Amino acid sequence: MTWTALLVLAGGTYLLRLAPLLLHDRFELSPRTVRVVELAAVALLVALAATGTWFEGDRFAGWARPAGVAVAALAVWRKVPFVLVVVLAAGTTAGLRLLGVA
Amino acid sequence: MGSADRTRRAAFRFDADLRDALALSAAVGVVGVSFGALAPAAGLTPLTTMAMSVLVFAGGAQLLVTGVLAAGGGLVAAVVAGLVLNLRHLPFGLALAGTIGRGPSRFLGAHVVTDESTAFVLARSGDPARARRAFWTLGTIKFACWQAGTALGLLLGASIPDPSVFGLDAAFPAALLAMLVPMLRRVDARRVGGAAAVVALVASPFAPAGVPVLAGLLGVGAAGRGRRVRRVLRSRSRVSGGGS
Repeated sequence: MTWTALLVLAGGTYLLRLAPLLLHDRFELSPRTVRVVELAAVALLVALAATGTWFEGDRFAGWARPAGVAVAALAVWRKVPFVLVVVLAAGTTAGLRLLGVA
Repeated sequence: MGSADRTRRAAFRFDADLRDALALSAAVGVVGVSFGALAPAAGLTPLTTMAMSVLVFAGGAQLLVTGVLAAGGGLVAAVVAGLVLNLRHLPFGLALAGTIGRGPSRFLGAHVVTDESTAFVLARSGDPARARRAFWTLGTIKFACWQAGTALGLLLGASIPDPSVFGLDAAFPAALLAMLVPMLRRVDARRVGGAAAVVALVASPFAPAGVPVLAGLLGVGAAGRGRRVRRVLRSRSRVSGGGS
């Protein structure tokens, strides 16, 4: 990794993060646009959660991971506190792997 | 409600948000350890590894870039892949702009816009002051944990186990899911989320890293239909003399 490549990656990432904040200075977003932007964020976050549950790169992640997320989903539904949800997901997946489930 | 009562309630919420931020950041820190341990295998020096964590501060992109390099991919391909993966910060920034505000602090705030902070803030969007405080709380703690984790990983080197042993790869989707629940109470958000998940999952085996998630944006198209259906239903009920 050269410093040039590192600075291009860092600078590009920072601009991707800053640009929408600066854009917000110039335009007063209508409530409708705000809602669409929120829905876009929801779409990306759900897509992240879904792909992160089932895939490692372009390959199936194995059953231990979706099983852990399923236990977490059940915990969310039962209104279990956030911290415990995260611990339950990791614990289930780690436990299954210990038992030999990929 | 008295003002003392209100203060107490706000303090309680802050404690709860702080606890959630700490839990998320702890998991982020452990992934940081694995990044610090793996980066030298991709030809990064300890200094560039640390600089990458401080200056890029995007776990997914950092792991992707070092992964591409470790697999013998070119530098340009690695950087382009990292930037494509980070394109999702554009809509995230738009969604967070109102929370981060217009002061000079936004130049700092921009750097700590991440998947988790977006979900963290949107889950609290009903209370703008609380959302703002939650953004900075998570941003600060997560940044510190990511740097500490990277440094620890560099020190421990290849002797540490793969984080998948701890099931951390399940912790992140689970955390996102838990944070998404309040947002998914609305029908249009549920419809968008469902469509986004289907599109992203279908694209995953074929599209390069980051693209399936971006393709999930197509899910936003699923929001409009419901509104039209509702409008039709409303006009029908008006015709038949019913209320709204």
